[in-house]
Amino acid sequence: MKLVMAIIKPFKLDDVRDALSSLGVAGMTVSEVKGFGRQKGQTEIYRGAEYSTNMVPKIKVEVVCDDALAPRVVEAVQQAANSGAIGDGKIFVLDVGQAVRIRTGETGDVAL
Amino acid sequence: MNISRKICGVTAALATFAASAPVWAQDMIKNPTVEQMATMVNKGDVAWMLVSAALVLMMSIPGLALFYGGLVRTKNMLSVLMQVFMIVSVAGILWCLYGYSIAFTSGGDNHFFGGLSKAFLAGVTSGTYAATFSNNLYLPELVFVVFQMTFAMITPALIVGAFAERIKFSALMVFVIAWSTIVYYPIAHMVWYWAGPDFLADTPTDYGLMWGWGALDFAGGTVVHINAGIAGLVGCLMIGKRIGFPKEPMPPHSLVMTMIGASLLWVGWFGFNAGSNLEANGVTAVAFINTMVATCAAAVAWALVEQIHHGKASMLGAATGAVAGLVAITPASGFAAPMTSILLGLVVSPICYFFVAKVKGMLGYDDSLDVFGVHCIGGIVGAIATAIVADPALGGQGFFDYTQFPAGVGAYDMGAQIITQIKAVALTLVWSGIGSAVLYFIIDKTIGLRPSAEDEMQGLDLTSHGERAYNM
Repeated sequence: MKLVMAIIKPFKLDDVRDALSSLGVAGMTVSEVKGFGRQKGQTEIYRGAEYSTNMVPKIKVEVVCDDALAPRVVEAVQQAANSGAIGDGKIFVLDVGQAVRIRTGETGDVAL
Repeated sequence: MNISRKICGVTAALATFAASAPVWAQDMIKNPTVEQMATMVNKGDVAWMLVSAALVLMMSIPGLALFYGGLVRTKNMLSVLMQVFMIVSVAGILWCLYGYSIAFTSGGDNHFFGGLSKAFLAGVTSGTYAATFSNNLYLPELVFVVFQMTFAMITPALIVGAFAERIKFSALMVFVIAWSTIVYYPIAHMVWYWAGPDFLADTPTDYGLMWGWGALDFAGGTVVHINAGIAGLVGCLMIGKRIGFPKEPMPPHSLVMTMIGASLLWVGWFGFNAGSNLEANGVTAVAFINTMVATCAAAVAWALVEQIHHGKASMLGAATGAVAGLVAITPASGFAAPMTSILLGLVVSPICYFFVAKVKGMLGYDDSLDVFGVHCIGGIVGAIATAIVADPALGGQGFFDYTQFPAGVGAYDMGAQIITQIKAVALTLVWSGIGSAVLYFIIDKTIGLRPSAEDEMQGLDLTSHGERAYNM
């Protein structure tokens, strides 16, 4: 099993969700996060006082899938979240040791 | 008899005889008795003035409270709301105890403050009357008491913006009581107390100091805005900067609240300015429309300055500009003409912007919500400009000479009036500046002005009031 963790632009979330649903991905976890990479923050000005915010709001999408599906998930996210501009985000793929469905106690791929 | 004859109202001003004079004008009664005054009350005036008093209360709560509250960080939101709310409540009680008496009874030969003859509102009943700006036209005295009370409420509340996020609540309340007593009531007396149009001719020196000079302040440019603005500047200098200022970003937590607050201030200000005519007549309409258009112009001017300076016009800038315009038109509201009011609004915003965005940064003081930059500077611009826009040659209302009975239009001298206005501004700055400094010093040495550093970092909502503004 793989954990595909993608940091994307907030307005790309719907596109990513649709792309993953059409692949048959059964679920995902989404959180609002802040961070920075190559994209610069914005400058806010309040009555002449300038604040530069270096943390940019992003969305983190986490999907766990079986090993066979993982490359297609990565590809789908990469295409759906791509706007061609700096700040589109990153995708990380991690190995997952175990998965358990709490209600039934099933483990492994069937738990996904 | 004596009870009811003192009272008075806003400076100088314009009785608007033509509009409001009763049909029996040819039979004007000099020095009327209380019984005669009872027949000289106009129900329209009474209704308008009671509505105006309620409008001015709305300026403080929720208007000013939200305007200020939106500008602080979430951890201090309630502290600002609570400070304004409690100042309003305490100032209202104080006004009845002795504030009204000190501000609006005769001081005899002393032109700095009045006496205590009306302490606890002694002798003020539904059957006593307060003068307006027209001969033989009176308001029930309680109407005047409550209208002026709302001014005594908002003025100390304005000060808290200068040292927001770092003041001990108990120290602030003690300061407000002391400041109202030795600064606000005397200044209000000096600017607004006079014997009234039916009495001044026979008692030609029965007035407050600055009223006697001939200073023009229609609705409180000196008494309210310069007074509070300089007290705020002295306060933020003596209390010191917020921990982390200016390195740590301290952006406003909700400009939505600030916009709502500024808009409520704008609406309430019609009671403040147009209400200050004490009657419902043509000059009331002059003050009303001037308040409207000067504010429009100042909001536009601030937005333009930001657009040019930063490439973006901000909501906070528009709201700040509107308040600067309201402050500037306050002393001039009943004297100017609509077109000169627009000019005043266009001029005041760039000046206040310069102080808020440039001077504050250069000098490094932490006037957190720009009480000095907007209220004191805007008030000074307005006070001096009043001398210009009041000139009948520019469409202004001029002033009435109340030393004759019945009152007539006085000869206007713009140059001399400018000097008088500057003197009034200077006296207010000195009186309030020094008075406030002494009070801050004493309170700091006794109960202390600042909360502990730990409390300040945690936020005053939790550490002073034991609650949070937003439980989400």
